Amino acid sequence: MLYIKCPHCGLRSQNEFAYGGDASVKRPELNKEISDQEWDEFVYLRKSPRGKHLELWHHVSGCRQWIKVLRDTSTHEIFNTYKSEEKVG
Amino acid sequence: MRQNYRLDKIGLVNREKKLSFKFNGKKYFGYEGDTLASALIANGVHLVGRSFKYHRPRGFFGAGVDEPYAIVQLYRNGETEPNVRATEQELFEGLEAKSVNCWPSVNFDIGAINNFLNIFLPAGFYYKTFMWPRSFWYRIYEPFIRKAAGFGVASKEHDKERYEHKYEYCDLLIAGSGPSGLASAYAAAKNGARVILAEDKPRFGGSLLTSDVSINNQSGKEWADNIITELKGMTNVTVKNRAQIFGYYDHNMLVMSERVTDHLPKSEQFTPKQRLWYIRAKQVVISSGSIERPIVFGNNDTPGVVLASAAKEYMKVYGVLVGKKPIVFTNNDSAYETAIEFKKNNINPIVLDSRQDSNSEIIKEAKSLGIDIKFSHVVVAAKGYKKVKSCDIAEISEDKQNLNQIKNIECDCICVSGFWTPTIHLASQSGGKTKFKEEIDAFVPDKSKQKEVTLGSANGVFTLEETLKTSFDKGFELSKEITNNNNSQQIPKVSEKKHSKHDKFWCVPLPKGKKYKRFLDFQNDVAVSDIELAIREGYRSIEHVKRYTTLGMATDQGKTSNLNGLQLVSNIENKVVPAVGHTTFRPPYTPISIGAIVGREIGKHSKPTRKSPMHNWHEKNNAVFVDAGVWLRPRYYKRGNEGLFEASKREAENVRKNVGVCDVTTLGKIDIKGPDAAEFLNRVYTNAWLKLPVGKARYGVMLREDGIVMDDGTTTRISENHYHMTTTTAQAANVLSHLEYYLQLVWPELDVNVVSTTEQWAGAAIAGPKSRDLLQKLFPDTDVSNEGLPFMGFVEANLFGVNARIFRISFSGELAYEVNVESDNGNFMWEKIIEIGKDFDLQPYGTEALSTLRIEMGHVAGSELDGRTIPYDTGLDGLVSKKKDFIGKRSLLKKAYNEKDRQRLVGVVPLDKKTSIPEGSHLVKDPKGKLPNPKLGHISASCWSVEHNNPFSLAILKDGKNMIGSKLYAMSPLKNKTIAVEIVSSHYVDPKGERVRS
Ligand SMILES: [Zn+2]
Repeated sequence: MLYIKCPHCGLRSQNEFAYGGDASVKRPELNKEISDQEWDEFVYLRKSPRGKHLELWHHVSGCRQWIKVLRDTSTHEIFNTYKSEEKVG
Repeated sequence: MRQNYRLDKIGLVNREKKLSFKFNGKKYFGYEGDTLASALIANGVHLVGRSFKYHRPRGFFGAGVDEPYAIVQLYRNGETEPNVRATEQELFEGLEAKSVNCWPSVNFDIGAINNFLNIFLPAGFYYKTFMWPRSFWYRIYEPFIRKAAGFGVASKEHDKERYEHKYEYCDLLIAGSGPSGLASAYAAAKNGARVILAEDKPRFGGSLLTSDVSINNQSGKEWADNIITELKGMTNVTVKNRAQIFGYYDHNMLVMSERVTDHLPKSEQFTPKQRLWYIRAKQVVISSGSIERPIVFGNNDTPGVVLASAAKEYMKVYGVLVGKKPIVFTNNDSAYETAIEFKKNNINPIVLDSRQDSNSEIIKEAKSLGIDIKFSHVVVAAKGYKKVKSCDIAEISEDKQNLNQIKNIECDCICVSGFWTPTIHLASQSGGKTKFKEEIDAFVPDKSKQKEVTLGSANGVFTLEETLKTSFDKGFELSKEITNNNNSQQIPKVSEKKHSKHDKFWCVPLPKGKKYKRFLDFQNDVAVSDIELAIREGYRSIEHVKRYTTLGMATDQGKTSNLNGLQLVSNIENKVVPAVGHTTFRPPYTPISIGAIVGREIGKHSKPTRKSPMHNWHEKNNAVFVDAGVWLRPRYYKRGNEGLFEASKREAENVRKNVGVCDVTTLGKIDIKGPDAAEFLNRVYTNAWLKLPVGKARYGVMLREDGIVMDDGTTTRISENHYHMTTTTAQAANVLSHLEYYLQLVWPELDVNVVSTTEQWAGAAIAGPKSRDLLQKLFPDTDVSNEGLPFMGFVEANLFGVNARIFRISFSGELAYEVNVESDNGNFMWEKIIEIGKDFDLQPYGTEALSTLRIEMGHVAGSELDGRTIPYDTGLDGLVSKKKDFIGKRSLLKKAYNEKDRQRLVGVVPLDKKTSIPEGSHLVKDPKGKLPNPKLGHISASCWSVEHNNPFSLAILKDGKNMIGSKLYAMSPLKNKTIAVEIVSSHYVDPKGERVRS
């Protein structure tokens, strides 16, 4: 079970969190015309990288904040965690 | 009965306390501190079971966790447990155990016929034989295999024992209390670290209990006892025996199974049988020791063939002799300790040493004691069926290829030692690499991935002096990093005998013309010939060989067989062992009971049960409850002999005719506040929200980004910047996470806060033509007329001194209101409604009537909003704004979502107006059509329409819009029903919606 450092609460076990997928995905702006392909990429297409991955986790059984976690998908090493508004990289 | 194999003067068992026990129905005695195995051996019982495949007789091989044979069915306190290792089960008064794998008895076993027909059961036998014909599998093969296989039977009774889970944190977790575990624990604890020391066995000390060494002029056991006593007295240390760390998981979380009362006749009240510890450790020391490995020879599975270290342990710990005419067969020095121990107890062993000669300290001692040592000698084959009676021995050539002068000598046990295999399971589970260490012919941990270190013989270090030195150092170093303290301990003075090199010999060749079975895996009956066959048939990867032959796949996970298997594969392939590699180690290290894994999460504890504040009233008034997510809701209120159908029909009819009240506390409620709340709702919902006035509610639909409907509900503007959102019971948690996602990550510029208030408010829906009259009596100070409180209106009111919110919303299609009060006042509200409602023929109604009312109204719910439907499909397209953008809107442009014959919500009535249509039925054109019969749609919800007094269903139907009036068939293969139906409008009651506005 992973040990995730919530930037608001500190180190907590994985079972307090819900996984939220790739954190680098940006939702297209409202009212902006975009192609079918762009929209499909946003809704459906995700990379599944082996190695470093910036991802979202929701501290559902804690502070209820969405946080960003930089994790290695093959070793589970967590390099850093960030608040939702923090810029990464 | 006398314990003929019990020694008088040695052992750690308590001879003051005699215990009686039964094995296969026969009564025996042992002592407190015995295991079932040691007590049986003391009584001369060596036949305990039959092997898995050939049903060959099985005795004892080891003295602990590595035991592959002695697996029994245990009976304790009225319960039974399979797969119990007799070498680990401690004896208690009244213990009962039986052999497994034997039918009809351990002495006469029909399955043993497999042994004589063994030509039919080579590697891959099951794969090859039971493949075809396919129809034979369930009727013939599987029952046969099931009867023949297995290590006992699971109880079909409810397990009355209690199991617990515990979460713990520490600086250092130490797995194993042998010399390296004790030394590192002591050094770290003295340096201020929080330490947990776990020992699998009942006694602490590991190899120190049986080795002939001295530490600071004390025996190994005395030193270990003193260290443990001191550790137990320290507040920063937790010391646990009977506790096995069986799994190493991510981020240094390890799981330990503590057998709290398995060693007692029964568990005391409130004491768990077993406790599972989830331990998050900053550092882990793996001091799990090593397991002796056998040398392979003919019939080496005969009862009486035991590991030399086990024979020593039975003598020194339990005071028990595994035999009185022992052969000690070894390729190294360690088995001489066993030989010497026999001699000290007036038993004359014969030592066969595969090495040419050796003159180390311990061999000199053995010689001086007059022990008969034959160098360059091996056991060729054991003789005897249910117990070793003699063995063929031979001189072996220097190249280990040829056997000379084979002769038979009498013996009653063969104590075998093929050197030591480090127990690297935990280190490997942690993700660390392993490497092959040439000097010891075995794998040891290499690079760590997590924060762990392996010490002592688990790391291939076999001298006590080096073990203690490195362990004291490591314990100090690791604790210093954590505590910043600097208290180091003096490393004790050790005296031990130096060992000479072992011989890399592991398998005795077959003499010419002999076909003895030579077993590698004793639990799964995998012999040398099976591996040879697998390789002949083309298997190469060790993982494939393992699965094909089942080598190392039994419950002992190959603790004694893995390395010899690798040796064999590498010999045949002319490779070296590291090139073959080992199979993956996975948790658990030993079998863990299902009870321990489940813990307290059983029955009512398996999930929380949420109850509304009115729950007790429902209970007292004969409510029959139903699970709604984690909530318990009244399904109907039973009167007299009513069943579900009669009661829910009565309740629904009363709503249509008079007035009913329903507990709707479980609906999700979210409080939304902030200057941008309206803008936020406008983006979340498909319809327009910017112009909703204060004091008004609106029905809304929200989508996921892929255009699928996520949830629906009403949201009310309480004040300028304050909204009250309701969600369905099931989706409440998801909707909150969804809103938080958009507010925190997508539109952080919006100044809005959301919080769940589901539990803050109790809710009662009052529905029916008389609801306004009832409401007026409940709220005499409030104008609830059609003008004062119009449809979708909201007002705050006073309910006999209690603050209440009244929403004029309807789920039933009738004139209806929802009253909310703070949860603490929920029951007060409910009882007032019931009391005053008497004058209006009010009846409470449950979820079944609620469903009926909404289905015949054509009001969609979870069964239509099932994660596969877009607004159009469920008839909600009128609520989709064309002007503004919102979550999921772009997806609605998708081609498939705009096909002309797109599925849509319809009503369905059986032509006979009698037969209820099972939910989930498929709608087809031709009930006798060729398979696969095209499915046009499915029945999503069914009810008995109280308005029309006939069955009515909702369905999602292809081209539903143009299908009204057509005749189809509803088919339910599950219920074996085919029903002719007519497609009608989904609004079966009050299609113009006049009642809710009346
Ligand atoms: Zn948090």
